[in-house]
Amino acid sequence: MTPDLPAILTRLHAALPTAAIAHLRNPSPSAQDSLLVAPESLVAVCQFLRNTADLDFDLLSNVTGVDWPEPAKADAVAVPPEGTTPPACGFLEVVYHLYSTSLRIGPLVLRTRTTDRAEQVHIPSVVAVYRSAEYQEREIFDLFGVRFTGHPDLRRILMWDEFLDHPMRKDYVAPDDYQYEPTPHDAVLEKTKKHYPARVEI
Amino acid sequence: MAIDPKLAEDLKSQGVHVTSFEGLINWGRASSLWPLQFGLACCAIEMIAATMAKYDMARFGAEVFRPSPRQADLMIVAGTVTKKMAPQVVRLYNQMAEPKYVIAMGACAISGGPFKDGYNVLKGIDRFIPVDVSIPGCPPRPEALLHGLITLREKIAKEKLLGSNRARHADPKGPGDLPVPEFGPHDLEPTFNPDVWNPPCLTRDASAS
Repeated sequence: MTPDLPAILTRLHAALPTAAIAHLRNPSPSAQDSLLVAPESLVAVCQFLRNTADLDFDLLSNVTGVDWPEPAKADAVAVPPEGTTPPACGFLEVVYHLYSTSLRIGPLVLRTRTTDRAEQVHIPSVVAVYRSAEYQEREIFDLFGVRFTGHPDLRRILMWDEFLDHPMRKDYVAPDDYQYEPTPHDAVLEKTKKHYPARVEI
Repeated sequence: MAIDPKLAEDLKSQGVHVTSFEGLINWGRASSLWPLQFGLACCAIEMIAATMAKYDMARFGAEVFRPSPRQADLMIVAGTVTKKMAPQVVRLYNQMAEPKYVIAMGACAISGGPFKDGYNVLKGIDRFIPVDVSIPGCPPRPEALLHGLITLREKIAKEKLLGSNRARHADPKGPGDLPVPEFGPHDLEPTFNPDVWNPPCLTRDASAS
C-alpha cells in the first residue's frame, strides 16, 4: 500500500516544526511522489518515521544516488513545456525507500540533496537509525562521491581504495583504452577514427 | 629416432606400446589436468555443472579441483574479471607451478563481454596472462567447456620438450613471474602486459567511414 504522503507530511510538520520538508510531485505516469528533506533534518525525520507507533517505518530497503549535473550551455536553450518548471539541477541527490513491514505500507520515498557537486557534498548518515544503510551509503560514496557525515566506516566498497573518480557521475570520463572492433558505428566509430587512422592507399 | 608407425601398430596389437619420452610425458600431463578451484561469475556455475555426474569432467582426468594454486596446473578463468580482481588472478597464476595452462571461459574472460565498456571490467584476461584456449559463450555450456578441455589436451599432446620451438615450461629462459598490475588512481597500472598482449594493430578501411 502506498503511504498517504499529505497526512505523513502534516504529522512531520507538527512533530518537527523546524525541519524543512516538502512534498515533491512526480509528473511521470508512475506518480510516485516523494518527500524532499533538508539534509540537516534527515536523521530526525527518519527517527520520527521509525519510532512513531502508527507509522512504524521499520525497514530501509534501498538507498541510492542520483547525479543532477548543471546542463551544458547547448542544452540550456531548450524551453520547458508550458506550465512546467525545469527540474532543479547542479547537485547530488540521495534517495531512501522506507517500508513498514508491520503495517504493510511502502515505499515511502525520501530524497535529500547536497548543496553542489564539488565541495558541499555532505549528507548526514542514517546508519544510526537504519543499520541497513551502512553498505549502501558506502556504495553511494564510492560511485557518486557523496560524503556521509557520521558514517562509522566510510570507505569505497566496489572500487579499490586508490581510485579517485566516482564512476556513476554523469561527467565521469572512463579510461581511454579503446580496442579495435570489427564493425564500429556511431560513437564507437569516432573512437576508431581516433585510435586507428584510415588506411592510406598507395 | 622415429618409429615406423606400422611397426608400432603391429606391436600394439601384441600388447606392446612403443612411444617417445616426449609422448609419454605429454600423455601424462594431458590426462591429469588439475584445475584451480575458483570461479568469478556465472560461468563458474557451468564449470561446476561440467564436473558433476551428468557431464562428468572426470572422464578427461580433470575432476580434481585444487584449492591451492601450488597443486593446480590448469586455471579456468570462469567469469567476469573486474579490474579489482585482476591483480589477484595474475598473482594466482604466478603461484601456480609450471607447466601451467589457462582456459578463458566465456565472453567476459575473453574480452569483457557485455561489460566491456564498463568502468570496472577488464577487457579480457589475456591482457595479463597467456591464454591457451578461449571458449566463447555467455556462459558456455558444459559441453563447450569439455570441448575446450579436449582442445587443450590436444595442444599439450603436441608440445615439444626440446628444440627451438619447445614449450614455455621446458625453456629455461622462459618467463618467470608475470608483473602484477597495481591499482592506479583511474585504472590499473599498467593496463596490460606488453610481453603477453598488445592492442590489435589493424588499419581501418577508409571506405567504411
